Amino acid sequence: MTFEVDGVAIAVFCALFLLVTVLGFVAARWKRGDLGLLDEWGLGGRRFGTVITWFLLGGDLFTAYTFIAVPALVWAVGAGGFFALPYTVLVFPFVFLVMPRLWSVASKHRYVTAADFVKGRFSSRGLATAIAFTGLLATMPYIALQLVGIQVVLEGLGIEGEWPLILAFAVLAAYTYTSGLRAPAMIALVKDTLIYATVIVAIVYIPSKLGGWDNIFSSASQALPERDEPGALLPGTPDAHVAYATLALGSAMALFLYPHALTAVLSSRSQDVVRRNMSLLPAWTFLLGLMALLGYMAIAAGLNVTDPNHAVPALFADMFPSWFLGVAFAAIAIGALVPAAVMSIAAANLFTRNVWKEFVNSDISDRQESQIAKIVSLLVKVGALAFVILLPTQFAIDLQLLGGVWMLQTLPAVMIALYTRWFHRWALLAGWLVGMVAGTWIAASQDFAPVWEVPVLGVTAYTALVALGLNLVVATLITLVLGGRGRADDRDETRLEEYDELVETREPAPTVGAGVT
Amino acid sequence: MRRWYLLLALPFLGLLYPPLYATEDPELFGFPFFYWYQFAWVPLTAALTYFVYRKTRPPERPARPDTGRFRRT
Repeated sequence: MTFEVDGVAIAVFCALFLLVTVLGFVAARWKRGDLGLLDEWGLGGRRFGTVITWFLLGGDLFTAYTFIAVPALVWAVGAGGFFALPYTVLVFPFVFLVMPRLWSVASKHRYVTAADFVKGRFSSRGLATAIAFTGLLATMPYIALQLVGIQVVLEGLGIEGEWPLILAFAVLAAYTYTSGLRAPAMIALVKDTLIYATVIVAIVYIPSKLGGWDNIFSSASQALPERDEPGALLPGTPDAHVAYATLALGSAMALFLYPHALTAVLSSRSQDVVRRNMSLLPAWTFLLGLMALLGYMAIAAGLNVTDPNHAVPALFADMFPSWFLGVAFAAIAIGALVPAAVMSIAAANLFTRNVWKEFVNSDISDRQESQIAKIVSLLVKVGALAFVILLPTQFAIDLQLLGGVWMLQTLPAVMIALYTRWFHRWALLAGWLVGMVAGTWIAASQDFAPVWEVPVLGVTAYTALVALGLNLVVATLITLVLGGRGRADDRDETRLEEYDELVETREPAPTVGAGVT
Repeated sequence: MRRWYLLLALPFLGLLYPPLYATEDPELFGFPFFYWYQFAWVPLTAALTYFVYRKTRPPERPARPDTGRFRRT
């Protein structure tokens, strides 16, 4: 289907876009800090309280692409796409247990990235580089997908061509450069309000026009089996059950390994803020679940879309009056700016701390460090833009799927290491390598389907979890074989009590070279 | 105090075995069981997490942990 140019919708859309642009630049003055320091530019000075962290994390994790892709998947395959709900339910109790420990140790040692922590914990440059490399690799296509989200919305407004996309990203790049993490934190307030308004209106208004939920679900149950690749309203086979559960679990374990999630966590004021937020963030899960059901509404509305990604824009265009269409589309497009900004900041932090300082010039001042990060955040965005404009969209989608597989391979070195240093650093590196290669190979060999029929076990499971299994087996075996050789246990710069998730640490500790005594 | 953390296993038990809930009936407000059951876990998990958070929270004004490195005089 083609979208018509709608003057009113475009006007509302542009007005809201202008508002967040102004906010993005004003944010530099908010909670004033010295933006010449990486802690200030890249982590907002680690000062965000419960409310800001809630908005920032919610706006950062529940991306524009999520709001397009999840309903698109539900539209295309039915129940299989709904795993996003259990995934985003389980992620928060999991993170409640794990992340306060990382926040705590990172705050003590001024760690900005997961690789910083791994380097301090294992005294291994190789392992830290592997973690940083994984983060950069997984983040790039994810930023590109945020652009895809904007592109889909622009198409929905009837705007053709690439220049609006380039303009939007240039503006984003400019205020990220000047304001750092403060910009997405402030814009998140607007984004989140708009998204909530849109979804609540959609969920009340659209079913009333489509004859109620009964009718929506029964249209979906009739239409889904008719698809070229038949879908279903309920996962019916044992294979579908295992796939559903492993996708939910694996995705939940991987989410907070992503650099952009970690950056938002580390920017909060205390571990109490992190913990409290894990009971507040499920409000986003509810929203995502409702959003997913828009896929069924698009089916019930009988919209003739060829690209599943157009299901939501087409539904909105069909149902909403012009002015609210502008609001809804602005919600999604602004929704892309927050994660894109945080992701590019996270990537810049990683590159500066764990690549530039590690391999190019370790002798840079704090100001130079921040300056390099700012420039890298620009380069990352140019890269993502080139990605979307020059390569087919499907390539970014496939790589983003691989991103989940890749990120999960850092779990042993990052999350397990928060509890134990039992694994040998070389074993972790070998396990990571095996997991990365196996996961990539499996995914690529079956045309980037997310699940794989595991030989021997005879179940169909999320590739990322299979690769993590291999990763852990290899890491365990090599740890046992190597025994005490090359362990560098005495070079762990962290100490047990620095992890305690129950200790209140409101004031960031001063930077002290923490030798083990 | 830490045994409260075990409560957080409940959502995993409730959601990671789909045969438990992959059915159409009983419906609620037109939603098949599969959908409303999973939605129900959202507020339930939030409440559980908040409960565990309250139960495991350190006392209001904790004595500053003395790590020996930043001893205040």
